[in-house]
Amino acid sequence: MKGEMRLTTARVDLPRSFTLEVAEQNGVYGSLKKTLAQHKPDEIIQIIKASGLRGRGGAGFPTGGKWGFVPKNLDKPRYVVCNADESEPGTFKDRIILERDPHLLIEGCVLTAYAVESHQVYIYIRGEYGLSIQRVSDAVREAYKAGYLGKNIKGSGFDCDLTVYAGAGAYICGEETGLLDSLEGKRGHPRLKPPFPAVVGLYGSPTVINNVETLASVPAILEKGAEWFASTGVKNAAGPRIFAVSGHVNKPGLFEIEMGKVTLRELIDDHCGGMRNGRKVKAVIPGGASTPFLNAEELDVPLDFDAIQAKGSFMGSTAVIVMDETTCMVHAALILTRFFAHESCGQCTPCREGTHWAESILERFEHGGARTEDIDILLDIAAEMGGGRTICALADGAIGPIRSTIQKWQGDYESHVPGGCPQKGSLCEVSW
Amino acid sequence: MAQLSKETQDKIRDLKDKFPARRSAVLPSLHYAQAELGYLDDATLAEVAALLDLPQSMTTEVVGFYTMFDRERRGKYKLEVCRNISCALMGAKQLTKYLEKKLGVELGGTTPDGKFTLLETECLGACGYAPMLMIGPYFYENLTREKVDAIVGALAEDRDPPIRPAGYPEMDGETPKPLAKASSASAEIRDRLAVSKGKP
Repeated sequence: MKGEMRLTTARVDLPRSFTLEVAEQNGVYGSLKKTLAQHKPDEIIQIIKASGLRGRGGAGFPTGGKWGFVPKNLDKPRYVVCNADESEPGTFKDRIILERDPHLLIEGCVLTAYAVESHQVYIYIRGEYGLSIQRVSDAVREAYKAGYLGKNIKGSGFDCDLTVYAGAGAYICGEETGLLDSLEGKRGHPRLKPPFPAVVGLYGSPTVINNVETLASVPAILEKGAEWFASTGVKNAAGPRIFAVSGHVNKPGLFEIEMGKVTLRELIDDHCGGMRNGRKVKAVIPGGASTPFLNAEELDVPLDFDAIQAKGSFMGSTAVIVMDETTCMVHAALILTRFFAHESCGQCTPCREGTHWAESILERFEHGGARTEDIDILLDIAAEMGGGRTICALADGAIGPIRSTIQKWQGDYESHVPGGCPQKGSLCEVSW
Repeated sequence: MAQLSKETQDKIRDLKDKFPARRSAVLPSLHYAQAELGYLDDATLAEVAALLDLPQSMTTEVVGFYTMFDRERRGKYKLEVCRNISCALMGAKQLTKYLEKKLGVELGGTTPDGKFTLLETECLGACGYAPMLMIGPYFYENLTREKVDAIVGALAEDRDPPIRPAGYPEMDGETPKPLAKASSASAEIRDRLAVSKGKP
């Protein structure tokens, strides 16, 4: 398959890949043993910086840079937190690592802890991922027994403990400071920044927070070198990412692909076997629910950070949601806006109020009673919600679907005035 | 009056000093309590707080924030249909309507025999395998009417569904814990929540 590069999903098709036995036989923990013996912590930060690895959770922040912000001279413990609260709608990529290669994640966590000289890792997994919680917890037990966790890991003198923590159902806990509050046993309220978690994070201590796929990429980079990793992908987008494709394609699923080497159209037509029922593409969300929609004319975009951003959207969590020509864009915007209204933590007025007002107006479009000027009111609300008026990025994410569907499919909105959805409230033609 | 078993009480007490701040024990403790009792009422929230030596406000303020915590008794099997975009594109609404008709309850309702509660939920991360249904700790994916009939039919008689939940391919030779004892299967998973050895 064009562009395929299996870095973090290399072992997931093996039987019992989640056990220590299969993981070790297939190379997991090799990088850890080698690195602890050969490299000093600061060297690892330099390697990750040089590799160009960027966060796989959504924001794409340079990973080595994040690690470099952690002060090592404070008289406080340092923490590493793995964000496994995968809940951006459309995203199901971390789950495959949690369920089928938990030892790779543990190896990445320990290496990260070593780099920032931390002795305690937390893996925060969304509570609904029952199997992930089970598989990672079992792997942690195995890793302690085998000496990959605990005191004096493999004779290196380095100590590292790891705790699995289950969330309880809240999208906002995927926001890194919301996650920290949740891990502290509170409501998951994002924190004002600065201070950033690298300096004042978990329990007020310096903390590195990385996504599952990011941490799982670390062992291979340390094994094969920064130069090798930096030579893959394209400028500003080194390495592969796991694209999670859902919606109206023939073969939805996960595809780990080198960034920049495949276009969105190729992903849909070649990797996913084209559109179901021979229909045409109407819209694609390229990076999860928070990223603006692309239309059928924008499919030749290569899958990397800069190229997608040049189209006015984001790579986000590489959750690609494909909608065919029968899909009502007003209904799609309503589903996503209802989601953001439900998940708004309520701290900031523009988000708490804005998402609910937008939802109500979209309901009016859907069920009847909307006026043409309501389109402008929706855009006004979006303008008031975005642009740094809130503590976290939820509100900015929420306006993406509203604004982009109005910009690109205003006709869909106009056809709903005043009588409601011409498709009588069905999102799309689907035979279930 | 204590509602939690001695075993659960001990597990919660063990969490007291597991974390650098005691409050971190609140969420895992509430998971334990709900795994045993099925839901969290005011008395249970008070009991959990007391076991942790924390003010009751600390359990009460989080319970409403997190959707997995139930404040009222639910059916023995909680059927949760993902309603978000990817599942909706693949027929989630039709699935919900089919279940409403099949079970004879409206969304949010519980069957009179107390067996099933039908709920909608936001994205559960099964987007490429839509539509899907979460029951207890398990995901059932790529659902068709036939699969739903088989799952609900079996659970109605407290038999285990003839369909393997997601994540248990035949090649692994792993058998999932019987769903017909859903609460115990989920309790077992909840028991794995705090696995840190040595000092946290």
